[in-house]
Amino acid sequence: MSDSVSIPAQPEPTDVIVAQPPRVGRGSGRVRSRRAAAAGDALVRSLVPVILALIAGGLLLLILGRDPVSFYSDIWKGGIQQGSWEDSAMRGAPLLLIAVGLTVIFRANIWNLGYDGQFLIGAALITGIAPHLLSTPNAVSLVVMFLVAMAAGAAWTIIPALLKSRYETNEIITTLMMSFIGIGVANILVKGPFQDPTVNIPQTRVIPLDHMLPSIPGTRIHVGVLVALAAALIAHFVLTRTAFGLRLHVLGSNPRAAAHIGINVRRLIVSAFLVSGALVGAAAAADILGVWGYMRANWNPAYGDTVIPFVFLARLNAVAVIPFIAFFAVLSNGGDLAASNAHLPTDFLLVLVALILLFMTVIEYLGRRRGLGGSYLTPGLRAALRVPLLRRRRASEVCR
Amino acid sequence: MIVLHLAAASNIFSKAVLTSLVAGGLLAGVPLMFTALGESISERAGVLNLGLEGMMLLGAYVGFIVAYYVHSQTLGFVAGMGGGAIGSVLMVVLCVWLGLDQIVVGIAITLAGGGITSVLQGAQFGTSYPRLGAPATAAIPLLDKIPVLGPSLFDQPVLVYLGFAFAGFLAWAFRATNLGLNLRAAGEKPEALDAAGVSVVGTRSWAALSTGALAGLGGAYLSIVGAGIFTPFMTQGQGYMAIVITMLARGKPVWVVLGSFLFGISLSIATALQLAGVNISTDVINMLPFIAIIVALLVFARRSYLPPALAVPYLRGAR
Repeated sequence: MSDSVSIPAQPEPTDVIVAQPPRVGRGSGRVRSRRAAAAGDALVRSLVPVILALIAGGLLLLILGRDPVSFYSDIWKGGIQQGSWEDSAMRGAPLLLIAVGLTVIFRANIWNLGYDGQFLIGAALITGIAPHLLSTPNAVSLVVMFLVAMAAGAAWTIIPALLKSRYETNEIITTLMMSFIGIGVANILVKGPFQDPTVNIPQTRVIPLDHMLPSIPGTRIHVGVLVALAAALIAHFVLTRTAFGLRLHVLGSNPRAAAHIGINVRRLIVSAFLVSGALVGAAAAADILGVWGYMRANWNPAYGDTVIPFVFLARLNAVAVIPFIAFFAVLSNGGDLAASNAHLPTDFLLVLVALILLFMTVIEYLGRRRGLGGSYLTPGLRAALRVPLLRRRRASEVCR
Repeated sequence: MIVLHLAAASNIFSKAVLTSLVAGGLLAGVPLMFTALGESISERAGVLNLGLEGMMLLGAYVGFIVAYYVHSQTLGFVAGMGGGAIGSVLMVVLCVWLGLDQIVVGIAITLAGGGITSVLQGAQFGTSYPRLGAPATAAIPLLDKIPVLGPSLFDQPVLVYLGFAFAGFLAWAFRATNLGLNLRAAGEKPEALDAAGVSVVGTRSWAALSTGALAGLGGAYLSIVGAGIFTPFMTQGQGYMAIVITMLARGKPVWVVLGSFLFGISLSIATALQLAGVNISTDVINMLPFIAIIVALLVFARRSYLPPALAVPYLRGAR
C-alpha cells in the first residue's frame, strides 16, 4: 500500500454546505492554515450581512426621524441588561428548535415553510390537553405534552410530504397552505373546545406554574432552553455522522443521484418532513410550557419567518446556528422595548431580518465569485477603486 | 333550532345574499386576478415570484397613500403599480441579473414588504386607520339594468373592465406574439432562446417587472377599492393564493381569471352567509380557500404544471 502513504493529508470535510473545491495542501501546516482561512472566510460571510443589515436599518431609522443609537442601545438594555438576558435565553428556546427543524429539511433541499401552522397546532393541543393531565406526575405530563406537540407538528406535514414524494408538487405552496389551515384550526380549537369558560376573552385555561417546565436552579430560565441546545447537538451529530444525515445530504445535492444509488427517495422525503415538523412542534411545547402557560385566540408569534436567515447564515449547520439564534433572541427581546420607545411597530424587526437575508444572498454571490478565483468586487467597481490605489500597488510590486 | 336553520336555508337564495356573494366575489377576486395574471407572466418566463405578498403590500400601501393625499384613485392605482414594481426591481437585480436564489430573495421581499409598510403606516398614523371615500364606478349601459345582479356586476370601477381586457390580451399575446413566445421559451428552455439571439435576462427582467407592477396594482385595488383603508398585512396570504392559482391554471390567463373569481367567491362567502343569518366562525370561513386549494392539489396534483426552468437562474455558459 505504498500509494496510500503518498496521499497528502486532506482537509476534513468540515462543512458540507460550503462548496469548496477539494484543496490538496503540500503539508499539514499548510492544510491547517487553509482550513483556518476557510473558516475565517465563512465567519466573514456570515457576520458581514448582519452588520450591513444593522447599518442599513439604522439609516432607515434616521429616515423615519428616529435615533438609531438610542434604538440599538435600547435593544441592548432590553435584551441583555438587568436579567433580561434570561428572558432572551427563553425567547431563544423555540427559535432554536424551529431553526434546527428547518436545518434538517433544508439540508435535503426541501422547503418547509409551514412552520406557523405546525407550531400553533402543537401549541393549541398542549393547552387543551394540559388541564386533563394535572393529576399525573409532573415529569410524565411534561413528556407527554412534548410528544403530543411533536406528533401534531409532524402530522401537519404529512399532506405536503405525500404530495411532494408522490407527485413532486411544489412543497413551498403546500406547506404554506397547510400553515394557513393550521392557524385557522388552532384558532377554532382555542375559541371552541379548549376555551376557558370562566373568562370572557377567548383563551385556554392557564396551566398552573408548578406544572410548567421547571427552571434551571439559580436562574429564571426554564429547562426548555437546555432541551433546545441538546436538540441542536443531537441534530448536528445525526446530520454529520450518521447514514440518515448523509442520505439527506445526497438527496439535497442531487435527487437523481440519490435514487440512483438506491436511496428510497419517497420515504426519505416523508421522514425529513416528519422530523422537521416534530421539531417545530417541540418548539411550541417549549414556548407554551416554559413561558406562556396558555394560548390566546389569534396568537401567532411567527417565529419561523425570522429564523430562516439565520439557518442559512449558519450554513445549515445545527450547531453553528446557536450563536445566531442567541443574537436574534436578544435582538427580538430587546427590540420590543426599543420599538415601543421609538413609537414604531415591532414589525421593524421584520425589515431587519429581510435586510439580513438580502445582504446574505449578495455576499454569498460575491463569495462564490471569489471561490471561483474572481474578486469580491465586480470588474467595474474594481477598476474604479483601483485608480486611487494604483500608486501604492505599484510600490508594493517593486518591493516584491 | 331546526326551524331557525330552515329559515336560514331559505334565506340563502335570497336576492341580497346572491348579490353579495357575486359582487363580493368580484370585489375579492379582482386583486387576486391582477396578481395571478402577473405571476403567470413571470412563471412562464421562469421566475418564481415568492415575493408577491410583499409586492402586493407595497402596492397597497403606496397606492393608498397617494389616493389618500392626492385624492385621485387613478393616481393611486398608478402609484400602486410603481410600489409593486420597486419590490420587483430587487428581484430583477438579484435573481435575474446575478442569478441568486429566487426563493430566498422572494421570502426577503415578502418580509421586507410586510415589515416596511407596517412600520411606515405606524410611523405616520399611529394606531388610527384613515378611510377613503367610495370608489368611482362606471356603469355599462343596458347591462346594469338586469334585475338582481345587473347593478352589482356591471357597475364597477373602470379598472375592473380594463383588467378583463388585459387578461384577454395576455391570452392572445402568450399564444400569438413573438413576445409571448420569448417569454415561454425563457421558462421552458432558456438555452434555446439564447441561441435564437434573444436575451434571456432581458426577457425575464421585463417579465418580473410587470409581475411586480401587476401585484402592486392588485394590492392597490385591495386597499383603495376593496377595503378603502390600509392595515398592515392586509393581504393575508393572497399573494400565495395567486401563486397557487397560476400553478393550477398552468399559466393560462383565462383559467387564471376563472380561478381568481372562484377563490374570490370563497373569500366572500363569509359576508354572504352572515346576511343569510347563518353564523359560522370567521376562522372556518378564512380557511375555506386554503382547504379548497389543498383539495384541488390532492385531486389535480398530477395536472398542475410548472415550467421546467422555473426558479433556475440562467447564467450564460453555466452548465
